Amino acid sequence: MPTPLLEIKDLHVSVEGTEILHGLSLSVNAGEVHAIMGPNGSGKSTLTKVLAGHEAYQVTSGSARYKGKDLLALEPEIRAREGLFLAFQYPLEIPGVSNTYFLRAALNAHRKHRGQPEMDAAKFLEVLKEKAKQVDVDPALLNRPINEGFSGGEKKRNEILQMLMLEPTLGLLDETDSGLDIDALKIVAHGVNSLRSKERGFVVVTHYQRLLDYIVPDYVHVLFQGRIVKSGKKELALELEKKGYGWIEEELAAANPGSVKV
Amino acid sequence: MPDKDLQALTEQEYKYGFVSDIEMESIPAGVNEDIVKLISRKKGEPEFMLEWRLRALRHWRTMREPTWQKPHYPAIDYQSIIYYSAPKPKKELSSLDEIDPELRATFEKLGISLDEQKRIAGVTGGLDSATAASPAPGVTPRVAIDAVFDSVSVKTTFQETLKEQGIIFCSMSEAIRNHPELVQKYLGSVVPFTDNYFATLNCAVFSDGSFCYIPKGVRCPMELSTYFRINTAGTGQFERTLIIADEGAYVSYLEGCTAPQRDENQLHAAVVELVALDNATIKYSTVQNWYPGDKEGKGGIYNFVTKRGIAHKNARISWTQVETGSAITWKYPSCVLKGDNSVGEFYSVAMTRDYQMADTGTKMIHLGKNTKSTIVSKGISAGKGDQSYRGLVKITKAASGARNFSQCDSLLLGDKCGAHTFPYIESQNKSAVVEHEASTSKISDDQIFFLRQRGLSEEDAVNLIVNGFCKQVLSELPMEFAVEAQKLLGLKLEGAVG
Ligand SMILES: Nc1ncnc2c1ncn2[C@@H]1O[C@H](COP(=O)(O)OP(=O)(O)OP(=O)(O)O)[C@@H](O)[C@H]1O
Ligand SMILES: [Mg+2]
Repeated sequence: MPTPLLEIKDLHVSVEGTEILHGLSLSVNAGEVHAIMGPNGSGKSTLTKVLAGHEAYQVTSGSARYKGKDLLALEPEIRAREGLFLAFQYPLEIPGVSNTYFLRAALNAHRKHRGQPEMDAAKFLEVLKEKAKQVDVDPALLNRPINEGFSGGEKKRNEILQMLMLEPTLGLLDETDSGLDIDALKIVAHGVNSLRSKERGFVVVTHYQRLLDYIVPDYVHVLFQGRIVKSGKKELALELEKKGYGWIEEELAAANPGSVKV
Repeated sequence: MPDKDLQALTEQEYKYGFVSDIEMESIPAGVNEDIVKLISRKKGEPEFMLEWRLRALRHWRTMREPTWQKPHYPAIDYQSIIYYSAPKPKKELSSLDEIDPELRATFEKLGISLDEQKRIAGVTGGLDSATAASPAPGVTPRVAIDAVFDSVSVKTTFQETLKEQGIIFCSMSEAIRNHPELVQKYLGSVVPFTDNYFATLNCAVFSDGSFCYIPKGVRCPMELSTYFRINTAGTGQFERTLIIADEGAYVSYLEGCTAPQRDENQLHAAVVELVALDNATIKYSTVQNWYPGDKEGKGGIYNFVTKRGIAHKNARISWTQVETGSAITWKYPSCVLKGDNSVGEFYSVAMTRDYQMADTGTKMIHLGKNTKSTIVSKGISAGKGDQSYRGLVKITKAASGARNFSQCDSLLLGDKCGAHTFPYIESQNKSAVVEHEASTSKISDDQIFFLRQRGLSEEDAVNLIVNGFCKQVLSELPMEFAVEAQKLLGLKLEGAVG
């Protein structure tokens, strides 16, 4: 068996002293797409942020390895430069900093890390325009400050544009589909699919089966109260869409009485 | 951010803290009539100048040092300051134009070339010019420089080229000798010798500075600038700048400054006067990088400066300042909007860290009809830095249709620093429209996390956010200086976040 791209074992994570993830395990191989579904507040964003290295989230026990290395020991920017990308559920605004300027700085930081020379301005703009077109980001947005005054859908497409520019090895997508109209959803899904390859893996957090029609996952997991309680193939998403999460709760309660807070 | 990371961030040293070993001629410390006479004699001044200086000195003795500003400092002993210090002329120099090679080397080290063939690295000095925004090929932007070392101007470049268009650009001493009629007419016409404690002292003892006159209808073809360098220990720098833009003229002017690293505080009390006659425009930009003192707050320059401009009919005066240095900065570049339809602007970025203090802002005095003013102030505090924005917008009875827009934003890095805003609005005319917006924000951990997640280091992330915060002001600077100012802020931020 090859080393998984991402291997999380029994991860416990706390925020401000409250444990949110209670022993989560997940393994993602290169080439795979894993979807994570689960009710609001179950810890999906917490998982993506702790993997990306947000300091507010403390790992109290367990491990996460990325390309065989201890992911948790790395600074967030090193994780990023090593190919881990997080598309945020709520993209932030940075007033006064142009999208283009920022993306070039980010790309060059990645290139430097890989020992490549900086990409010159002309070449960069050419690539940026092409990728912007691919995810239907209006060229005017490129010169505007990062996400400032962007519509919800524009912000989400901007996240995907950043991903296309940085070409990560492991993409974590946190509800990138929420707030997108149906055309934008297809465009975004297409953008993600264009990056799919046997070297890359994706963890896609979503509430809706609809996205998974376009980004077809290899596995679907249910995250519930800080643990992955059920995993399956793509059909599991359809079942969840139809039946909600109640039946999983019941199944759990029947299997381990007392383990589920109701 | 956890403290250990902050500690680990590089500690940026002040790059311009060196002392040049140049033989100087200084006069005894202290200020009195004899000293004032001595300075005036050394400069070969006409009688009217000496009289004016002496009147200022007498008036100064009746004044009290102001205490209303926020920064407090130990009493300054004005009798222990050396008021005049100039490089000794070397005998072997063949012409008057020649400069002591040591001095030339000092300015080269600061990134300022006194050679007209070379373009300067910039006003803040020393920064890598190769990475600055490159101008279009073939068009080398030229900047004429007046280099002031301690008390005197050592060289003014491009004087001849400018003269072809009737532009006078020279040291104040030269102007007093060669253009006494202009000096007598305008010196003290904007900042009178009775103005305030520090300005009055300056009137008595000022030793040099820059002078500039742009004739009617002339658009000055290059940026003019003055670079101030304090070198000798125990001296104070008291320079005076006077810029006159005649009817319909245009000039963009820039000043930069640095000083050696010393444990004692040194006083810099300058006066700048701008006169924009009908339809004229003066843009005055400052990139201030005086030695700020060390991490414990020891040493550094007291930068107590009076800057004011008077705008006649349809004239426009625009102040842009990037204040990163000095232990204490105390200045309020102001506009007297005298003529109808005149415009005043003030764009400011002030950054304080460690124990630096800044009390800065502007005054917009609306006298004419339909006068307009804009104030954009961006304050950044880090460490134990403390700063205040203090601004006055005064609309007089006659100023019908006057408008002002003020925006004051503060960005706090850490929780030991402070920012205060004191906007004073006095409106005596009902038709005036005065708008004021203010905000105080902190850099959020989530913003930094977002940028780091995209691969930027923590420092670069902070830098980017700060530059974004200042953008509105930086974009007012002439292009290549904007790039420099941006870098200067970056250097300044290193190790400052906490
Ligand atoms: N920074 C934080 N401070 C305090 N509580 C937090 C923080 N981040 C997450 N939490 C809490 O942790 C729990 C899990 O939140 P998380 O954002 O991971 O949920 P989620 O599964 O992504 O939900 P949603 O589907 O609504 O996005 C919630 O109860 C939330 O309030
Ligand atoms: Mg979430």
